[in-house]
Amino acid sequence: MPGFILRRTAIALAILLLVALLLFAMMHMIPGDPTVVALGPRSTPEMREAFRAMMGLDRPVLDQLGLLLVRLAQGDLGLDVWSRRPVLTMVLEVLPYTVALALASFVWALALGLVLGCVAVVHHGKWGDWLIGAVSVSFVAVPSFVVALYSLLIFAVWLNWLPAIGAGEPGDIGAQLRALILPSFAVGLGWVGYISRLVRAAMIEAMSEDYVRTLRAYGVGEGRIIYRYALKQALLAILSVIAIGFGSLLTGSIFAEIVFTRPGLGKMTYDAVISRNFPLVMGTVLVTSALYVTCMILADVVSAWLDPRVRSAI
Amino acid sequence: MKPPSLEPPSAEPPLPAPVLDMRHVSVSYGAHVPAVLGVDLTIRPREIVGIIGESGSGKSTLAHSVLGLLPKTARMSGTRFNLAGTDILKADRTALAALRGPAAAMIFQNPMTAFSPIHTLGRQLTDLLWRDRDPSGAQKRARIVAALAEVGIPDPVGRLDAFPFQLSGGMLQRVAIAAALLMQPALLIADEPTTALDVTMEAQILHLMRSLRERAGVSILIISHHLGVIAEICDRVAVMYAGRIVEEGTVEAIFRAPRHPYTQALFACEPALVPTGMRRLPVIAGEVPRPGASLCDFASRCAVKAARCVEQAPPWTRSGEFPGHHVRCHGSALSGSPPSGRTP
Repeated sequence: MPGFILRRTAIALAILLLVALLLFAMMHMIPGDPTVVALGPRSTPEMREAFRAMMGLDRPVLDQLGLLLVRLAQGDLGLDVWSRRPVLTMVLEVLPYTVALALASFVWALALGLVLGCVAVVHHGKWGDWLIGAVSVSFVAVPSFVVALYSLLIFAVWLNWLPAIGAGEPGDIGAQLRALILPSFAVGLGWVGYISRLVRAAMIEAMSEDYVRTLRAYGVGEGRIIYRYALKQALLAILSVIAIGFGSLLTGSIFAEIVFTRPGLGKMTYDAVISRNFPLVMGTVLVTSALYVTCMILADVVSAWLDPRVRSAI
Repeated sequence: MKPPSLEPPSAEPPLPAPVLDMRHVSVSYGAHVPAVLGVDLTIRPREIVGIIGESGSGKSTLAHSVLGLLPKTARMSGTRFNLAGTDILKADRTALAALRGPAAAMIFQNPMTAFSPIHTLGRQLTDLLWRDRDPSGAQKRARIVAALAEVGIPDPVGRLDAFPFQLSGGMLQRVAIAAALLMQPALLIADEPTTALDVTMEAQILHLMRSLRERAGVSILIISHHLGVIAEICDRVAVMYAGRIVEEGTVEAIFRAPRHPYTQALFACEPALVPTGMRRLPVIAGEVPRPGASLCDFASRCAVKAARCVEQAPPWTRSGEFPGHHVRCHGSALSGSPPSGRTP
């Protein structure tokens, strides 16, 4: 097992290196002079020259790349162009908001999706299955920003039950949780439908296995077959998809962050790209990628731990 | 290998009630696709009955129908279908579930997929024994270990924590047989029990099944397309073709004096029986037609068919010098001398 985790970590580091290289290449190929975007069109050549020197843009490209990689290896993500604050500090400031939103969205979506998927399997081919199918597909089909806008309108503006914007005052857990409800609803709703369809498909496949026939041939009840046998197999089958889903939630909540004016990685990345704040782009994207591959490694480890065949092979 | 003579009925004292009694049982998928047509089959206590036939002959459908394990689209009908005294045609879901295990237990073709790959064998065997109320589980555990030891599994206690992939196919089939025996069933149904195993394992499994008949007194219904398996273990054999039983008799009658052209063709195609020097493996020309397509389903592939074969349905008639030997064929029933027989 330790060797297995070590190998996965090595692959993860290679992926992060690749991401850094691609980002570096992208920044140099993107049209527009970064100094002009940064300093404005009316900046003097001297100002631009000074900015170039400060950012290291006057050096040869390979030197820049080497410098970047050395800094990254030391865990240094550089300084923000505007505030001159360390990028790592800025990213770590907003990270909890993003993780909280992703977790909250995912936990409720997974719980409801599992229940709906199981109920659909129990009613396989009957109207209950059709109803859950229709509801699930419509959850998937509605864009999350539409859900975000409507839920904002209904629960914050008309009913005034929940806060419309912000993430709650730091230190006030109650306010932060209440500020999480609407965004996590908007982000998670599509995942409810997606997970319920996924669970249903995996369960139906599990229920067609030979061993289910064996259990039935001995009169074992359908409930026990579904919840003790098929569900475990189905969860194993969808685990990696779920992990990818969680990874994409860490970055994909940008609509919710904009609509609800929440701080977060998605919004920070967006703003950094718009303002050509390259160190910040590099920092946010790398941290996001790191979170993503960590999810993948965790999924691999958990599924290896759940599946005796994989467990014994590694 | 001298099977106990159970036929003819008139020559023996009154027979015990049959374990399985089917009269004119038919199974169809949907409304229009028949798979089994008007099958009569009786299995008495301690009897081993084999069903042979090529793929698509309906033998597996027949075996699965006994436990109501057919897909939802399947429709069963018949004048009588009794399993251990219960009428299966009238049984509702609860009654059918009650039969699964105690009345008839089943072992399947592929032991590698017959168990869940991600649950321990102990867990699965315990779940198969769900009828036993045993809060601590110790009693169940002891019974399972005893059953595993009985079918010849080394270190049965250790196997409880093993996963299926850690055992060979032959060992898993033994576990499956042990599971079936734990039910103390009246009938053991074995659907191609050795097809997925190598020859050594096959011999061991057949030996095990035969010794279980002696010790546990179960009747066995064994489905196979492998003639050697049938010859090895059965008392009585039914040959199925296109959903019907076309010939039935003691293993001796079927193997020494096969009467139906289809049975004869099956023997001619058995690789183990093909004479040396033959360059090509013989095959039966054509395909199995849809059951019920014509009066004699084999007529289209038959080498000796006559005009009456397509005009009249062939009758089910006594045939040959062996007791209880029946055949569904115009040619065999009417011709005086039996066709040249073969020895297995």
